[in-house]
Amino acid sequence: MKWEKLLILALVVLLVGLAAAASFAPIWEQSPFLGKYLPLIKHVNLGLDLQGGVHVVLEAKDTPEVKVTDESMKQLKAVIERRVNQFGVAEPVIQQQGKNRLIVEIAGGNIDPEEAVRSLIKTAYLEFKTEDGQTVVTGADLKDAIESKDAVSGEVRVDLTFNPAGAKKFADATAANVGRRIGIYLDGELIQNPVVKEPIPNGKAQITGYQSLEEAHTVAVLLRSGALPVKVEVAEKRAVGPALGSDSLDKSKRAGIVGVVAILIFMAVYYRLPGLVADFALLIYALIVLAIYVAMHVTMTLPGIAAFLLSLGIAVDANVLIFERLKEELLVGKSLRAAIDAGFKRAFVAIFDSNATTLIAAIVLYFFGTGPIRGFAVTLSIGILTSMFTAITVTRWLLHLVAGSGLVKNIKAYGAGVM
Amino acid sequence: MHFIKLRRIWYAVSLAVILPGLISLMVRGLNLGIDFTGGNILEIRYEQEVPVEKVREVVAAQGLEASRGIQKSGGATYLIRTRHLAQEEQDKLMAALGSLGRYQVLRNEAVGPTIGRELTQKALLALAIASVLMVIYITVRFEFKQAVAAIIALLHDALVVTGVFSLFRLEVDSAFVAAILTILGYSINDTIVIFDRIRENMLSRKKGESLEDLVNASIWQTLTRSINTVLTVVFVLVALYFLGGSTIRNFVLAILIGVISGAYSSICNASPLWVDFKLLERRSGTREARA
Repeated sequence: MKWEKLLILALVVLLVGLAAAASFAPIWEQSPFLGKYLPLIKHVNLGLDLQGGVHVVLEAKDTPEVKVTDESMKQLKAVIERRVNQFGVAEPVIQQQGKNRLIVEIAGGNIDPEEAVRSLIKTAYLEFKTEDGQTVVTGADLKDAIESKDAVSGEVRVDLTFNPAGAKKFADATAANVGRRIGIYLDGELIQNPVVKEPIPNGKAQITGYQSLEEAHTVAVLLRSGALPVKVEVAEKRAVGPALGSDSLDKSKRAGIVGVVAILIFMAVYYRLPGLVADFALLIYALIVLAIYVAMHVTMTLPGIAAFLLSLGIAVDANVLIFERLKEELLVGKSLRAAIDAGFKRAFVAIFDSNATTLIAAIVLYFFGTGPIRGFAVTLSIGILTSMFTAITVTRWLLHLVAGSGLVKNIKAYGAGVM
Repeated sequence: MHFIKLRRIWYAVSLAVILPGLISLMVRGLNLGIDFTGGNILEIRYEQEVPVEKVREVVAAQGLEASRGIQKSGGATYLIRTRHLAQEEQDKLMAALGSLGRYQVLRNEAVGPTIGRELTQKALLALAIASVLMVIYITVRFEFKQAVAAIIALLHDALVVTGVFSLFRLEVDSAFVAAILTILGYSINDTIVIFDRIRENMLSRKKGESLEDLVNASIWQTLTRSINTVLTVVFVLVALYFLGGSTIRNFVLAILIGVISGAYSSICNASPLWVDFKLLERRSGTREARA
């Protein structure tokens, strides 16, 4: 036995064990400092299919009055962004797709997806009109809109503040219309029709008559974010309730554990010592992949979990290829050391070529898909690349270490003679 | 067992598996989900059990002959499929369903008809691009004839899975397309490992060793690996299928069938086909030489 190699081996096992505990085990949650970072797994972003949320594709439509242009799409995106930000969820996605579409993804269990979509597609075109139908000011002249509740009367209202130009227009209009009505229209619907008692020079106005503060809040948000510059329809909507999301997460976690344990047992039973080494390498693989997910802010989706589990299969496959080669080399009568090197060298070409073709499929999938499917492609690609790395570096190094330590000398333990 | 000498049998088995599915595909087509056709799926869970007839009544009262019926899944969970509804129509339907009791929305998906049409085009395009890239890669690393044999094996797998989905009326959605692409990636992986062995054995080919024997030996040398790899993947997939929840069940099933079909086609179709191509080439070669 070579104590030096044995010591290194023991150290490696200890380190990996620690890393695994830091990544998965909730043992440091109580600690004020470490608890913020550990376990690492809680920093993996969950897609909206796992935590609930909504994915909407909004399509801008041409109308006789307004055509969809690049400029109006830019404005539309800005308005939608302002509205989405009001939901206060972490990392919403808003991106343009093609000429006339916007993809919006809002994840998080606290929002009502239906309500969110409804408020996204409201045009929210505000107009003040005189009795003879002349538009005095519009939402574009607004500087701010804030909801409030009168502490005494309990009246809920939205306070409007116009920008300087709007204030001037509003002052002129109220001065010219004293004693007459100025109607307030939202999306063409008359919501209030007050009589002007006196000119209003300070650029302030109110809309009253709301049932609740929430209702007023929604309107205030819409007015603040501005009117949509074009007509918008929902082309696609996928809303997942938080209950279904957490249900999916729990179930796939359980399935994953069962599948992984089956792989580990199979490898150890069939390939014996190298199998155990491969199992250990698989653990290292899982740790590396997890670290990549966290570092690259990969969003984990339901298909993404499936891809991760499939990539375990790929990682195992690389090891299987190597061990089968190792067995052959041992049977030819090579020394353990030489057999390990030859086995890796000859298996590498197969691993490389076979993974390259799988990677092609994953990359095409990435460009083809959106949302969860894209998550699937990303996880699969990360898995393929990482598994190539761990199989040909980590497993090899570990095998050499085990062989070099003299811990196990019988080549039968390396699979020769099995089968 | 000589894999290459028995190749007619393998081809026959493949055809026997593919034909029923292919016929079903041509006669009945696929059970396309809303991702392709456009439409609405609303999945809700009532706090208290509600009879399915009541739900049906409420949906019908909205003038929505639920096109693909209403599905009750365990306890008080309902899956309501309708044509594509505008946002206001959905709001009305959801309000009406509320009259039967308090419920929670598990899932609400709406796909407009244009999106569906685009998905079909994109799916076919993705499959075509992936196939072309794989042919190029294999041609560069191996040879064109092997690329063609590999692609035929892939087509085999795609047809097996699509056929099974058509036969059993399983729903096809955009995840299905992802599953098919994954299967292609996996199946080609198996094929390449065998081709790699053939490539290596060709270098040390003994004089007089026939192509059939060489390929057969290559298949045998990689057989344990092929089986073990499929087994590990199957472990995971079976666990996901039974424990992973209903949302990804069809997706997992497609990959499961595809991975098994992929292992079969890699061993029993791809390499034997390549042998046939090679023999064909030799035959036509001698004919030309004579002429």
